[in-house]
Amino acid sequence: MTAAPQPGAAGFLARYQGLKDHLPGARLPWLAALRSDAAAHVAARGFPTRRVEAWKYTDLSPVAQAGFAEPLTAVAGALTLPKPRCAVRAVFVDGRFRADLSALDGLAYRAASVAQHLDALEGMLGALAPLAEHPMTALNTLMFEDGLFLDVPAGVDAGHLELLSIAVDPGRPFAFHPRHVIRLGAGAKLTLLESAIGGSAQYLHNPVFEIDLAEGAVLTHGRAQQEGEGAFHLSMIHARIAAEARYDTMAVSAGARLTRMEIHAALTGPKASCHMNSAQLAAGRAVVDTTTALDHAAPDCASRQTCKTVLAGQARGVFQGKILVRREAQKTDGYQMNQALLLSEEAEMDSKPQLEIYADDVKCSHGATIGALDADSLFYLRSRGVPADQARSMLVQAFLHEAFEGLEDDVLREALTAAVDGWWVRHGTAS
Amino acid sequence: MPAVTETIETVQAVTDSTYKWGFETDIEMEFAPKGLSEDIVRFISAKKEEPAWLLEWRLRAFAAWQKMEEPRWPSVKYPPIDYQDAYYYAAPKQKVGPKSLDEVDPELLRTYAKLGIPLREQAILAGVEGAGESPAEGRMPIAIDAVFDSVSVATTFKDRLAKDGIIFCPISEAVKTHPELVRKYLGSVVPQGDNFFAALNSAVFTDGSFVYIPKGVRCPMELSTYFRINAKSTGQFERTLVIADAGSHVSYLEGCTAPMRDENQLHAAVVELVAMDDATIKYSTVQNWYPGDAEGKGGIYNFVTKRGACRGARSKISWTQVETGSAITWKYPSCILQGEDSVGEFYSVAITNNYQQADTGTKMFHIGPRTKSTIISKGISAGHGQNTYRGLVRIGAKATGARNFTQCDSLLIGDLCGAHTVPYIENRCMTAKVEHEATTSRIAEDQLFYCRQRGLSQEDAVGLIVNGFCREVLKELPMEFAVEAQKLLQISLEGSVG
Repeated sequence: MTAAPQPGAAGFLARYQGLKDHLPGARLPWLAALRSDAAAHVAARGFPTRRVEAWKYTDLSPVAQAGFAEPLTAVAGALTLPKPRCAVRAVFVDGRFRADLSALDGLAYRAASVAQHLDALEGMLGALAPLAEHPMTALNTLMFEDGLFLDVPAGVDAGHLELLSIAVDPGRPFAFHPRHVIRLGAGAKLTLLESAIGGSAQYLHNPVFEIDLAEGAVLTHGRAQQEGEGAFHLSMIHARIAAEARYDTMAVSAGARLTRMEIHAALTGPKASCHMNSAQLAAGRAVVDTTTALDHAAPDCASRQTCKTVLAGQARGVFQGKILVRREAQKTDGYQMNQALLLSEEAEMDSKPQLEIYADDVKCSHGATIGALDADSLFYLRSRGVPADQARSMLVQAFLHEAFEGLEDDVLREALTAAVDGWWVRHGTAS
Repeated sequence: MPAVTETIETVQAVTDSTYKWGFETDIEMEFAPKGLSEDIVRFISAKKEEPAWLLEWRLRAFAAWQKMEEPRWPSVKYPPIDYQDAYYYAAPKQKVGPKSLDEVDPELLRTYAKLGIPLREQAILAGVEGAGESPAEGRMPIAIDAVFDSVSVATTFKDRLAKDGIIFCPISEAVKTHPELVRKYLGSVVPQGDNFFAALNSAVFTDGSFVYIPKGVRCPMELSTYFRINAKSTGQFERTLVIADAGSHVSYLEGCTAPMRDENQLHAAVVELVAMDDATIKYSTVQNWYPGDAEGKGGIYNFVTKRGACRGARSKISWTQVETGSAITWKYPSCILQGEDSVGEFYSVAITNNYQQADTGTKMFHIGPRTKSTIISKGISAGHGQNTYRGLVRIGAKATGARNFTQCDSLLIGDLCGAHTVPYIENRCMTAKVEHEATTSRIAEDQLFYCRQRGLSQEDAVGLIVNGFCREVLKELPMEFAVEAQKLLQISLEGSVG
């Protein structure tokens, strides 16, 4: 067939040039302008290297060196899907919405394909996602073909929705860049369960979420990342949280060869709050990276974050968490904890918690610990007759499950716990 | 909130008068031509009558510096520095290395007397300001090396120390008297091209102290260097090298002040410490350079590289710093923990008031097995001050059983200042344990209320609480310094509370 696709940012730009008249919304001037702006950023900056502070610990060169094809031919036909966890379900295959596999009928709010509703997204898509600071957001903006558009009107309790992303192996490296736009009106509520799974191909899944929560809205966002072993999962959430609104996200990262789950959230109105918990697991030579930036821009806001990392084999874990408290954000209550367990002598954890505080009447703290399993706890269990493997397993799972403390939603809890436990079954005994 | 308005008013009311070390000594000086070039490097080397190897060493550093860029990553802001618009050598006109104090210019002696630094050996008072109030009987004296702009003007107790085989002298003298030691260790911890300011220092360093403690010797008194910048438009580039041979022990103190001027002056020092098997070096700094006025005009740019190597097994290096002065502080005293079971410590109090900025912290490199490090950092921001803790803890793959504990606390006084914490933690060793904690808060109302209720003024109450906040660090200082440091904390915060 054709020659191998050109690697790196140049490859993406070349494919964009070839594709741009076929990308959704090509005729919309605002979107064309946005994409060409993104092209300029991608051309100028390319993939970030480790010399860029935000990417100091995560090396993107395996992504930059791979040549990806955009999946032009839509995968059609039946697919075996995991059992649904929610009645309402939006399914994306290789980043494209599949109405035939989804269940979105009779909803009191809009849940639909971004590609099919671009007319309605002017001024919304791109509003929360600055291109200059975020190279992967720029790449997503350049190449996105589809995504989920969720618009919950004020006062509506939307219940649960499952967002499932499946990567189907086409036999060659490919990339997809879904763009999800989520808007909750004042007082609206939604519980979102996002799952990502994939085959064994080498692929790049580069989703960007733009989440806009109006006054008093509550979004609970569970995330189970269980991509295939050849996958690069680089996800970005840009969230804006208005007064008294709440954004809670609980993530499990338990797949892919390289994962970075990045969140940039801004608390823009008084009494807004944000919880960001995650459990990240890696074995073999995998790399897992949780990077978050929380911008306290209004008074009386609260943020809580717990990140748990378990590393086996030669895996590397990264945690970077920044809390910015602006001058006007008096009475901020910020707490952040990241803990890592090293299960093997060749694992490595790099951690960079960061506080940047310009208001005086605040309470902010962070903590970090890195170490092996506690020998005393192991001894305690062994002395009570628990076999060594089982004792280790109990301690590791207890450590990880702490990330979901306070999660009251059973659907999310079950899905996330299953993702953690599934990883442990696959990798725990080998480590 | 009236307290806030009052705070702002009083902050504005702070005048230069609180910096009582800000006088200028009128003394005849000798300068090198202004600017920086290879010729200036040669001039300095010739002035110091240095051997050829050292000149070459300097020139290599200068060549490296020319290719380097000034670091932009610290969270400090300042206008571009014109490196050609300064004198790189300024010395009081006198014979280099006077034989006795009688040969030292009386004007210089008066300067040090005024600063409270006794250069006469009979003055067995504790060497630093404020200590006069505490009883001095039975106390060991402090040996002092006094560095005035580019040269060391006097070193005390040299003969007493020599009895134990201890070498304590200006580094320019050590180059002549102990070239083998200087050559072996100079640049062995901070190489010439380490960073922009270290390279600059390596090219143009003029003086500083050299300390060698022989095997098994416990230094009988505190060693101290007092740095004074006096001349206008000069930078101070001193170089300190402390070597503690196997089984030895030394406690070294460092103090510094400068006149009040509208211009910013650059201080780019390098300190290298080497500790062999079972040796201990305790290095304490009370940094009191002129911080600039209440509007942020003037003050010293304190861009310093300090690093210690624990080369031997069970060696220990402990850094304690109280940073109250300087317009900008950029400083990360670090430990390279090579020897097995070696220990690194960093205790720091940094205060920024008015428009001061500090970006300071430490780096702990755990290389050897069972190495331990402790980091306690207390940052206090008031006025428009910006205070950043930036630190690195790196545990190498071979540092089995290594241990680190880090605690960084920040206190904010007033709502125009900032406190930032940027720790980097890198762990490559499963059996190592790393713990990091950081908190940021302001002085609790109930603590203030409690003190006020017992009749303390607002200012005294804040002073008391701040001293309590810093206690873990202050208790690491040698007694005499601790007294001075406590007072300095109070003075540095003067006017910052309503």
